[in-house]
Amino acid sequence: MIFFLSVFILPSAGNSLQQDISRDAYVDASIGDARVLIPVYADDSVSGGICGLIYNGLTKVDKDLNIAGDLAERWDVSDDGLVITFYLRKGVKWHDGEPFTSKDVKFTFETIKDPATGSPYISGFSDIRSIRAIDPYTVQFEYSAPYAPALLKLGMGIIPEHIFADIKDIRRSEYARAPVGTGPYMFSEWESEKFIILKANPEYFMRVPGIKRYVCKILPDQSVQYLELVSGEIDSMTLTPYQYKYRSDIKEFRERINKYRYLAPSYTYLGYNMKDPVLSDLRVRRALSRAVNKKEIIDAALLGLGEPCTGHFWKDSVYYNHEVDLYGYDPGEAVRLLAQAGWKDTDGDGVLDKDGLVLSLKIVTNQGNKVREDVATIVQRQWADIGVKAEIQVVAWASFIDQIIDKKKFQVILLAWMLPLDPDCYSVWHSDSIREGGLNAVSYSNPAVDLLIEKGRREFDIEKRKEVYHEIHRLIAEDAPYTFLYFSYRTPGINKRFRGIEESPVGLYHNFIDWHVPRDEVRYDF
Amino acid sequence: MKRYILKRLLLIIPMLVGISFILFAVMHLAPGDPTSIRYGLNPEISQGARDNFNKMYGLDKPVLIQYFEWMERFILLDFGNSFVDDRKVISKIMSRLPATLLLQVCSLVVIFCVALPIGITSAVKKDTVFDKAMTVFVFIGYAMPTFWLAMILIFFFGFKLGWLPISGMMPWYAQYLPAAERITDLLRHLVLPVFATAFTGLAALSRYSRSSMIDSMRSQYIITARAKGLSERRVIMVHALRNALLPVITIVGLTLPALISGSFIFETIFAWPGMGRLGYEAIMSYDYPVVMGVAVISTFLTLLGILLSDIAYAFADPRIRYEGRK
Repeated sequence: MIFFLSVFILPSAGNSLQQDISRDAYVDASIGDARVLIPVYADDSVSGGICGLIYNGLTKVDKDLNIAGDLAERWDVSDDGLVITFYLRKGVKWHDGEPFTSKDVKFTFETIKDPATGSPYISGFSDIRSIRAIDPYTVQFEYSAPYAPALLKLGMGIIPEHIFADIKDIRRSEYARAPVGTGPYMFSEWESEKFIILKANPEYFMRVPGIKRYVCKILPDQSVQYLELVSGEIDSMTLTPYQYKYRSDIKEFRERINKYRYLAPSYTYLGYNMKDPVLSDLRVRRALSRAVNKKEIIDAALLGLGEPCTGHFWKDSVYYNHEVDLYGYDPGEAVRLLAQAGWKDTDGDGVLDKDGLVLSLKIVTNQGNKVREDVATIVQRQWADIGVKAEIQVVAWASFIDQIIDKKKFQVILLAWMLPLDPDCYSVWHSDSIREGGLNAVSYSNPAVDLLIEKGRREFDIEKRKEVYHEIHRLIAEDAPYTFLYFSYRTPGINKRFRGIEESPVGLYHNFIDWHVPRDEVRYDF
Repeated sequence: MKRYILKRLLLIIPMLVGISFILFAVMHLAPGDPTSIRYGLNPEISQGARDNFNKMYGLDKPVLIQYFEWMERFILLDFGNSFVDDRKVISKIMSRLPATLLLQVCSLVVIFCVALPIGITSAVKKDTVFDKAMTVFVFIGYAMPTFWLAMILIFFFGFKLGWLPISGMMPWYAQYLPAAERITDLLRHLVLPVFATAFTGLAALSRYSRSSMIDSMRSQYIITARAKGLSERRVIMVHALRNALLPVITIVGLTLPALISGSFIFETIFAWPGMGRLGYEAIMSYDYPVVMGVAVISTFLTLLGILLSDIAYAFADPRIRYEGRK
């Protein structure tokens, strides 16, 4: 389901297998049910995924991670970066037949900006000073300051003005559970906790989708999902690393299912509380990073299904600085750095000490994630190898947020970030975000990085932006507030009868409307 | 008797209020809150958005005020809206209740039909091979973890043999099937879950009815009946059995709350869209209105069930009267 999040469907150029009629059904499995099918409110991955099929935004991301037009054919950014003008596609219709025009765009973003709406995305649009519908197919956004992430943020699904304008409480309207959009799939049914059915939109402005129905079946247990995938009851699931590696060899699996993989835009890290007396020393943090063997962690905890990470950006995007790799596994160097910082094993007990204090750290992570607990255990051992004693504490999610993140009572945390495609990292790395409830939980503060973050937000030119974020990547790595560990692969298993699937960093669904099933392999022909 | 029933019914009200207050307090005492659970570490959601969320749901008010606001609505039987998807709590509960009711009613019927005969016959044939075999049988069922049994059943009957569906209540394409097929399909989906629930639930009722029957068979009136020359069949099936069933009636009343409760683990494995997962997921996501709704309804049914079984017992056993003699 996460595949659909910030991805809207773009035809892959040169695909000549156009289908005249939509056929069959694609049954995807999900652990949880969707919550609300209005993009303005959708804040969980299941709802976001389904919204990605029902709605379109002004822009979308293509399989090469470029920003492409969706409902907007093209756009202009003024020289001062304050005005963005979108020229909209003509002839697009809502699922109820009404025409899509600029008033829908204006309405959508004014609704998000209104605090009474209660949209969680409100802050991404707070810099918008005005929205003007110049004509039915041109809409202009005026910002109070240049805001480069705008091009992606304005890719938010557009909601119909003619339906919602007169509805006071959108969240509780019937359309939250029976949505109307412009997208390739129209809403058909939603039986709570059982399934959601969408059907192909025969008047979709790009092409008619090749698959007639999209079904999201709710199966809360991954083992049961696996059984249903192999028996053919469902067509797709996200395989766990174990299932991908060891359970895909059985005959029925090999005959019926194809395995895919792509790098997920999420990385796991060890975060060091910069205000902690032991960890405030840069040498200690660098030593701890040197003592971690990322390859061993990836092989053991992820069964090899991951790649090392060194920074806070999508690895396949232009913003990731591949030249930064400062902390290769070197336990000898780690011990040397710690010795420089005054930590030596003076009493021969295998644990480093200084001024009578033992170098003992507590690693806290959240409950419910077995892989993370495995990673913590491996790190504990790797650190023990250089004389650092580590204790692992697993805390329930609710307490974790409250005690650890808000009150910042921790030394080392083991967590992961889900990254948006836009490289703006203000909420995590800027010193403004250190306050209680902010996401800069480790209290990282570097004025040079602050300035660069502010600069990156204002720069629309991709080449210049790239330089800014490469520098941020390097500076943060040098300060070592985290040990960046790994990106994991997402490993879907999909029934072989679906043709046209292409792996990409944005997932598999970038060209979902071009998937098709050969006539003689159709399973659901109603 | 009528006054007694009325008194008991009225007593339910202060008990509900007290329990609801405790529930509300405990919920709010747990560390964490709905907003941080939901938006926890999402870098796209600002502090302003979180504060707004708190304000929208009244979470920024003092806990006591929140309780009174909840109580005000509750008196009018308005359970409020879920924090998670803004649906009315009553709608959410009503959409999940039928699945649980169906499963529980079917299981209870099976349990009664199987456990009672096992218990009674074990009592009559006390200490024989049959009795010992049945004891082992029901205790295996009782000791077995339901989720493990569920997985085994699904794996063999659903996956390997393909005789029965792997999970769920109805397939997504049910609406495209003819009506008759839909019913048989539902029955096929019920087989494994009902079997798993019933098998693990047999022990209690069968042991209880067994010991009740043994007690009954040792009583004076049985010796009298035999002395009178009645056939053994009549002695057991008419006289002993009737008296043995009296305590069983108590159990029936107590099964009332069980009708609407489901096991979360069980429902997760069978993908059964029932109350168990609703309650658990509501607790995990700090969805206060739904937690309160499910808990209060459950409490009410428990109290009602106890009352019903007390009344039924009074009707069945002429020795019991709740008010003083006239």
